[in-house]
Amino acid sequence: MSALGSLRYHLNVSLLGNAYLRLDRMKLDRQMRQPGFWKDEHLSPPLRVSPWLKELITRHYLKGRHANDRFKVAWVTSGGPVEFLTALGYYVLYPENHGAMCGIRRVSEDLCGHAEAAGYSRDICSYARTDIGSVLSGKTPAGRLPKPDLLLCCTNICQTVLYWYQVLAHHFRVPLILIDTPFVYSEARDHDVAYVKKQLEHGVEVAEKTAGRSLGHKELKETTLRSKDAVELWKRIIETGRHRPSPITAFDEFIHMAPIVEMRGEPFTVDYYAAMLDELEERVAHDVGAVRNEKKRLLWDNLPIWYRVRQFSTLFAKQGVSLVASTYTNAWGELAEHIDPERPIESAAKVYMYPILNRGTGDKLRTIRRMVKEYQADGVILHSDRSCKPYSVGQMDQRRRLTDELHVPALLLEADHNDPRCFSEEQALNRLGAFMEVLEG
Amino acid sequence: MSTEIEALGIDAGSTTTKMVGVTSSGRLAWHHLEPTDPQIEEQLRRFLEISRKEAGPAALPLVGTGYGRNLVQPADRRVTEITCHARGVFQEMGHGGTLIDIGGQDTKVILIDNRGSIVNFVMNDKCAAGTGRFLEVVANRLRIPLQGMGDVALSSREEESISSTCTVFAESEIVSLIARGHSTEHIVRGLHRSLVRRISALAKTAGLIPPVMLSGGVAQNAAVRDILSEELGQKVLLPRYPQLVGAYGAALIALGLPKTPQAEQRL
Repeated sequence: MSALGSLRYHLNVSLLGNAYLRLDRMKLDRQMRQPGFWKDEHLSPPLRVSPWLKELITRHYLKGRHANDRFKVAWVTSGGPVEFLTALGYYVLYPENHGAMCGIRRVSEDLCGHAEAAGYSRDICSYARTDIGSVLSGKTPAGRLPKPDLLLCCTNICQTVLYWYQVLAHHFRVPLILIDTPFVYSEARDHDVAYVKKQLEHGVEVAEKTAGRSLGHKELKETTLRSKDAVELWKRIIETGRHRPSPITAFDEFIHMAPIVEMRGEPFTVDYYAAMLDELEERVAHDVGAVRNEKKRLLWDNLPIWYRVRQFSTLFAKQGVSLVASTYTNAWGELAEHIDPERPIESAAKVYMYPILNRGTGDKLRTIRRMVKEYQADGVILHSDRSCKPYSVGQMDQRRRLTDELHVPALLLEADHNDPRCFSEEQALNRLGAFMEVLEG
Repeated sequence: MSTEIEALGIDAGSTTTKMVGVTSSGRLAWHHLEPTDPQIEEQLRRFLEISRKEAGPAALPLVGTGYGRNLVQPADRRVTEITCHARGVFQEMGHGGTLIDIGGQDTKVILIDNRGSIVNFVMNDKCAAGTGRFLEVVANRLRIPLQGMGDVALSSREEESISSTCTVFAESEIVSLIARGHSTEHIVRGLHRSLVRRISALAKTAGLIPPVMLSGGVAQNAAVRDILSEELGQKVLLPRYPQLVGAYGAALIALGLPKTPQAEQRL
C-alpha cells in the first residue's frame, strides 16, 4: 500500500472508474425510459433501480481489482460476521458471491474443472471448486480478484467452508479467523453465545493486528447500525411479495441480493434498498406484478440454479407462474431483530448462530410452512442441490409433509447451484412442465 | 373406422413413438407405433400422413406428448407425459390409484385421485438405471431379444444378485458373472429384481395409493409385473395397451379442445 499504489487506486477507481460507471448508469437509465425498450409480454420491465445495482456490483469488483493497492483485503464466507472487518476498513470479498457471478456468466464449469484437475473431488461443493479453480487459474469474469491479507470462515452455513478456507489459508499463507457456531436446535444457549463471542473477540484481535490499527467502537456501532438498516429493508423488500400480484419474483431477488451479502454495513447499500423498496411499494399500490399475468404463486427452497436463473424466470412467466418468495433470500432478512448496534459483538455472536442452515430441518419446515401461508403460495419447488448438502438434507421428508399435511403440491428438482454438469435439462424441464400442469389442475 | 375418429394424440418417447386416434366417446380406435427415429421431425410428418390415410382425412385436433413433444410442430397443444398418462389410465381403468410408468429413459410414479386428478408424482433421478434402457442394454449384451427377457427371467426360480444399479456398471458385472459360469437365466432374473427394487423404492417415496397400475413399454414384460407385485405386496393392474397410455391420454385431451386453425393447416 505504497503512495504510488494509493495514487493508482484513486486514478483507476475513484476517478476513471467512477466516472465511467456513473455514465454507464445514466445511459442505462435513459435506455430504460425509451418507449419500446421492454418487449417481453410475460414479464414486467426490470426495476428502475436495476442500473444502480449494476453500478454497485461493478464498482465493488472494480474496487476489488485494485484493492491490494489501497486496502487490507479479507475473504469471507457468505454468512460470516463482517461488520468488524468493514469497520476496520477492510475490502471484503465473498468467494461465494463471486462463484454465483461465475455461474451466471457460465464460466463455473471451466473453473470447477481447474480445481478437479488439481485433485479436488467433484463431490465437493461447486462454490468451493469454482473459487479454488479461480485461484489456481487466475481466471475470473471480474478481471482480477485481490489477494487476501486475512480469511474469515464461519461454520454457520456448512462444514465445507472449514476445509475450503484452510486450503485458501495454506495457498495464500495468510491468517485464518475461524468462527465455529454451535448448532441451534431451539434457542441459542448462553454458553454457546459466550463461546462464539469469545471467538469473535479473538477474531477482532487478529484483524486489528493484520490491519495495523485498532477497532473503533464508534465505527463498529455505525457499521452494525447500517447492517441492521439494510437487513430490515431487505426484509420489507421480500415481504412485498405477499401482495397479489407480487411486484417482485425470487429470480429478481437472487440478483438484487448481492449488496445485502457482500456490501452489508455500507451506507450506499442502505440507500439502494430504500430506493428499491419505494419502487416496489409503488408497484404494489398500482397492482403491477413482476409476472404480468400472475395465475399461480410458488415458493422456492434452496440456492438458485445460477446458470439457469434467466431461463427459468422466462419459462415461469410464460406460464403465468410467479416465484413469489424463497427461503434462501428470506434468510438474509430474518435476523434484523437480533442485531443490536449498542452491543455489536455480543449481538453478532447470537445473530450469526441463527441462519436457517444452522438451525436444523424442523426449523426449515416451519419456515416453509409459514412462508407458504404468508405468501399464499400454490406450491413449493425444493431444489435438491447436489452441492449444498446442509440445505438439501431433509427435503424428501419436507416435501412429503407439505403434500400430506398442508396439501400443497411440492416438487423436488435435482440440480446443482453452480455445476451445470449436474443438471439434466430435459428431465428438469419435463418435471417443471408436469408440476405446472398439476397446479393448473 | 376412419369416420369415427375425432381426435389424435402422439407420444414421441425416447425409445418408441406412438400415435392414437379416439372416437367421440373416448374409445381408442386406431394406433400406430414405431421405434423413435433420430430424424424425429421427419418421422412425425410421416406419422401424420399415415394417420390421414388410416384414421381419416378430416382436420382433427392433435395433442403432442413425450420428450419429443416440442418437435410436434403442428400440435394444437403440448402436454407432459405425466398428465397424459394419468388421463389415459383413468379413462381406461375407471379409477384412481398409483400408476407406475416405466418408459425407455425414465420411470414415473403418478398418484391419481378418484376424480382423475394428479395428487403427486415422482420420477427417477438423473440416471437411467430403473428404466427400460437398463433391460435394453442388458438384452443386447446377452444377445437375448428384448421381448424375450421376461420369459427368460420367469424360467428361473433362482437369481444372481446384481449389486450395481448403474446400467453401464451392471453390464460389466454381468460379463464377470458369465465369465464365472453363472447361468443366464439366474442373471436375467437377478437383473429384473435389481430393476424392480429401484422402481419400488421410488414408488414408496411417493406414498402408494392402491391399486397399483403399470404402463409403458416395460409393462409388457411379465417378469417385471410379477416381481413388482411381489416387492410392493399388492396386485399390479395392467391397461389393455400399456405402451399407448400416454398417446391415448394425449388424444383424450385433444378431444376436449376447441377446433383450431392448426388442424386445417396440417392438411
